[in-house]
Amino acid sequence: MINIEIDGIKIQTQNGATVIEAAHQAGITIPHFCYHKKLSIAANCRMCLVQVEKAPKPLPACATPVAEGMKVFTHSEQAVKAQKGVMEFLLVNHPLDCPICDQGGECMLQDMSVGYGGGHSRYHEEKRVVLGKDLGSLVSAEEMSRCINCTRCVRFLQEVAGQMELGQAFRGEHAEVMSFVSGTVNSELSGNIIDLCPVGALTSKPFRYKARSWELSRRRSVSAHDSLGSSLAVHTKNNRVLRVTPIENDDINECWLSDKDRFAYEGLNSADRLTKPMIKKDGQWQEVPWQVALEFAANGLRHLANGAGAEQVGALATANSTLEELYLLQKLMRGVGSDNVDFRLRQSDFSADGKQQGNNPHPNLPPVGEGANVSSLAGGEPRQFLPWLGMSIADIGKADRLLIVGSFLRKDHPLLAARIRRAVRKGAQANIIHSADDDLLMQVENKAIVAPDALVETLTQVSKAVAAKQSEGIAGSLLGGERVVVLLGNFAQQHPQSAQLQALAQQIAAATNGKFGFLGEAANSVGGYLAQATPGAKGLNAASMLAAPRKAYLLLNVEAELDCANPQQAVAAMQAADLVIAMSAYKHRATEYADVLLPVAPFTETSGTFISSEGRVQSFKGAVKPLGEARPAWKVLRVLGNLLKVDGFEFDTSEAVRDEAIGGMDIPAKLNNASQAATQSSILSPQSSGLQRVSDVPIYATDAVVRRSAPLQATADAVTPQAWLHSDELKKLGVQAGEIVKVSQGQGSVMLLAAADDKLPKGVVRVATGHAATAALGAMFGTISVERA
Amino acid sequence: MSAQIILATANDGLAKLDNYIKAGGYQALRKVLTEKISPEAIIAEVKASGLRGRGGAGFPTGLKWSFMPRNYDGVKYLVCNSDEGEPGTCKDRDILRYNPHLLIEGMAIAAYTMGVKTGYNYVHGEIFEAYEVMEAACEEARKAGYLGKNILGLDFEFDLHNHMGYGAYVCGEETALLESIEGKKGQPRYKPPFPASFGLYGKPTTINNTETFASIPCIIREGGQKFADLGVPNSGGIKLFSISGHVNNPGNFELPMGTPFKKLLELAGGVRKGHKLKAVIPGGSSMPVLPAEIMMDVNLDYDSLQKAGSYLGSGAVIVMDDTTCMVKALERLSYFYYEESCGQCTPCREGTGWLYRIIHRIEHGEGKPEDLDLLLDLCNNIAGRTVCALGDAAAWPVQGMLKHFRKEFEYHIEHKRCLV
Repeated sequence: MINIEIDGIKIQTQNGATVIEAAHQAGITIPHFCYHKKLSIAANCRMCLVQVEKAPKPLPACATPVAEGMKVFTHSEQAVKAQKGVMEFLLVNHPLDCPICDQGGECMLQDMSVGYGGGHSRYHEEKRVVLGKDLGSLVSAEEMSRCINCTRCVRFLQEVAGQMELGQAFRGEHAEVMSFVSGTVNSELSGNIIDLCPVGALTSKPFRYKARSWELSRRRSVSAHDSLGSSLAVHTKNNRVLRVTPIENDDINECWLSDKDRFAYEGLNSADRLTKPMIKKDGQWQEVPWQVALEFAANGLRHLANGAGAEQVGALATANSTLEELYLLQKLMRGVGSDNVDFRLRQSDFSADGKQQGNNPHPNLPPVGEGANVSSLAGGEPRQFLPWLGMSIADIGKADRLLIVGSFLRKDHPLLAARIRRAVRKGAQANIIHSADDDLLMQVENKAIVAPDALVETLTQVSKAVAAKQSEGIAGSLLGGERVVVLLGNFAQQHPQSAQLQALAQQIAAATNGKFGFLGEAANSVGGYLAQATPGAKGLNAASMLAAPRKAYLLLNVEAELDCANPQQAVAAMQAADLVIAMSAYKHRATEYADVLLPVAPFTETSGTFISSEGRVQSFKGAVKPLGEARPAWKVLRVLGNLLKVDGFEFDTSEAVRDEAIGGMDIPAKLNNASQAATQSSILSPQSSGLQRVSDVPIYATDAVVRRSAPLQATADAVTPQAWLHSDELKKLGVQAGEIVKVSQGQGSVMLLAAADDKLPKGVVRVATGHAATAALGAMFGTISVERA
Repeated sequence: MSAQIILATANDGLAKLDNYIKAGGYQALRKVLTEKISPEAIIAEVKASGLRGRGGAGFPTGLKWSFMPRNYDGVKYLVCNSDEGEPGTCKDRDILRYNPHLLIEGMAIAAYTMGVKTGYNYVHGEIFEAYEVMEAACEEARKAGYLGKNILGLDFEFDLHNHMGYGAYVCGEETALLESIEGKKGQPRYKPPFPASFGLYGKPTTINNTETFASIPCIIREGGQKFADLGVPNSGGIKLFSISGHVNNPGNFELPMGTPFKKLLELAGGVRKGHKLKAVIPGGSSMPVLPAEIMMDVNLDYDSLQKAGSYLGSGAVIVMDDTTCMVKALERLSYFYYEESCGQCTPCREGTGWLYRIIHRIEHGEGKPEDLDLLLDLCNNIAGRTVCALGDAAAWPVQGMLKHFRKEFEYHIEHKRCLV
């Protein structure tokens, strides 16, 4: 520790700290622009000049390391003269167009100029004009004359996002920040440069001119679009969400937000919103009062359960539904006598279900004779397999060796990828096993890019190599670490042999004294298990419910053709069903197969709870009232429960639902990645001929809200899926990249552009799922054929 | 010691290795390597020589060399700053094109002293010919065993790479130069850390000016004290002076430190016929100007010039006679710094343009009386507030001009025309 004095206040601080850090620790404000605690030190704005005893000239507090006995004066005559001088220089070429600037009211330059600027300008020469730049659909750089060249945006994209998409070109007064050869900024974290920009040079394109910051109400909320659980603020005006910004939370999202979390809100009020309950009568959709729609739904369910049998009813929900919704959905299903409920819509291997060691007394046991099975009668259900991160998010950043299996890491988990990127910059080694080789914008120590049917074999080899203490390759890298982390990505969890992958990854982690976990796919990938929205031993899982079609389906937020592992099968099952009740915020393709549409509220319009992949329980309140006649889904389910006369549906608040679901529950004890070896799970037979499908869920196709956000859909990441093949495979097919090909699976085929990616393994074609253009295809894994169109 | 130690002309033919060797070249390197003189002894010799950095800042060379970590395992670099961009300065160019082996020899000795195997010579972007001469000389030296592995057949390895700059003045700042070699935009780094601990590619690096390296062989051959004795106390040895402007015989002159300016002016053939000396910028365009009456009594060494209110700088002496309009001269100087500011830090990026615009207005008859105090205030807000010394370099000429020639500026403002 080092003792210094700032403005006469004695401070103890770490060796190596800078003066500005020490000052901030002590609550002393030093004006600054370019300094940002999460970025490298640039020391270019010079606003933080302070007087240091014995130094002949003022020194930048952001770049001056503390020294024992140092005396710093932040408000001395010398310091203030320097700070005011810098402020004057910053303002000479700044347009001072605050009245029409979107940053007005939340502008660092505006705030600081109150304290350090003059009442009038001594500058009477011409001002610099910098032309606006088109950086894409998210970030506006229309008014680059406002830029003060602090380079925060440049440093963020280079250091955190991993790619230098912006740079400062030209010299001196002509210096300007611009993208490389007029390209757009394509980072999935690009929106953060809006927050970082201390002036109004970079503003939010969708939010521009919508409102003044002081007119907005800020409501604390939680990200609904990935499993990280980012803290965010929903800004509203006149009962409308106008923007979303991060709330700093060092354990989760630090001070960042992915573009998906930041701009998804633009999909909330899309023209596609379902605002009134509707039922299909004689093939025609009719808007009806809630009471009519709910009774229609309840009567239909009762009729079917009493007639065909309760096991003919299945419920499917997306994993970004709230805990309360998922809990009530399963409670309703079990109340009508069906265990067919699941939220793991893209999963294809369920063999780990019910194979876990140990028993847990099952909370909220279904009544004996209705839902109980042998093991529950014998003292509780088997301890549930409850895949989670296996560690805290912060632990991932502390890892020194990582093995990431089956993950489109950057697009599936943008902020986690940034955390890993930072660890790698500090010397950690990242190792990748996957079926595609997208650029992670970080150094990858070893990678094995293999076809999906070779993943298990590849991981087996690594496991053996680790056991044999091999010093090379992935095993060598992992064995050389002290804090090893093994992570299974979404792709690995969706894989038909996911249980085997999990068992192997677990072995590797154990043999390297590491931690092991799952990167959850959605906001409630953990919460869904805790809400018991899984079938248990008796019911049918998501895949079985569709493979063996039910007569009735209850859908919660599900777009069958986009959210399921096998869209073809899912849509066929829906179309064949006698009754489909769709609870949805949007009118989507359910109009083709549903019988009743119940408008429910997206996450900004309801209270609820998400349990993130690290097991963090985060409840939130609605930011605005539901649009039109839409209602929170937990209320809809509650009324359905009442109408169906299911016991225990007297909830007045979502908090009451939450408390019943997880109140008093020891959640950390429930999270359970360990499973008995699952070597008997389904085997994906190696393909002797034909192509295997590799499918990702594109970053802006993951859920219903994101799919409808126009600015996100206009980004480079949202281009229509193409059929990506190794160029040798293209040659075999006699197809050129850029030509249209016919891609077929099962009974369906789609026409896609062929594209070459020589980093893909041979024998595969990468075709994204979750997108209308590929919704006619079948399973995310397995055989697929490509031919000339 | 011959009269000319560093300075050569095309006629000397020293760019050819044979001629250089005939003239006693590479003897100092041979002496160091064969006699296995210890690095400590060499540094002591350089310290004794009183040699100070010839690029302009005048930092003691021996001391700088002693900062290089001795027991460092990794790669270390030696860099020669031949990015001679200071207006008025053209001395390094002549070393590069007429005496390249002297530089190579000096760098090889420095490399030996500091345990460096790789050197870079960053040549200013506008002197293509000098770069080509250097390339040819390095090739010759490599073939003859003065560069590369096993130099002189002994266990010493050093290779030198010439790197062509692109003409940015700021790349003469040592850390901007390093950035530029690394392939980045040439912008100075904030210091500390200094290059001796975090230099080229983040490795310990020593950077010296071309003339500094070129002074080394003589120091080794003749001894540090002897070199020091050529000059005056605190300004040891000899120095190249580039004299330009209103003189009859402009050019480079090699003179002992402490030579009276009068003598240099005489060597340069005096001021143009029929005109009187008005002012001199004694150390390159960024140094404060001095009026004739002060200048004619000044000796050219670090201390004398500092006492007189300016600096020796790079030794570029710009002579102005009585036809010179000081407003016009300052406008030209300020335009240079405005154009060459890298734009990284605020006071320099915004301040240099402001300075230039005010002076431009004054020169064009649109000055206001309050402009002069504004100029001085801006200079105070720029100098000492920037990442590198370019801010100081932009402020000093303004401060110097207003100190000695304020009346001329006032006249310009009042009468909207020149005094001269």
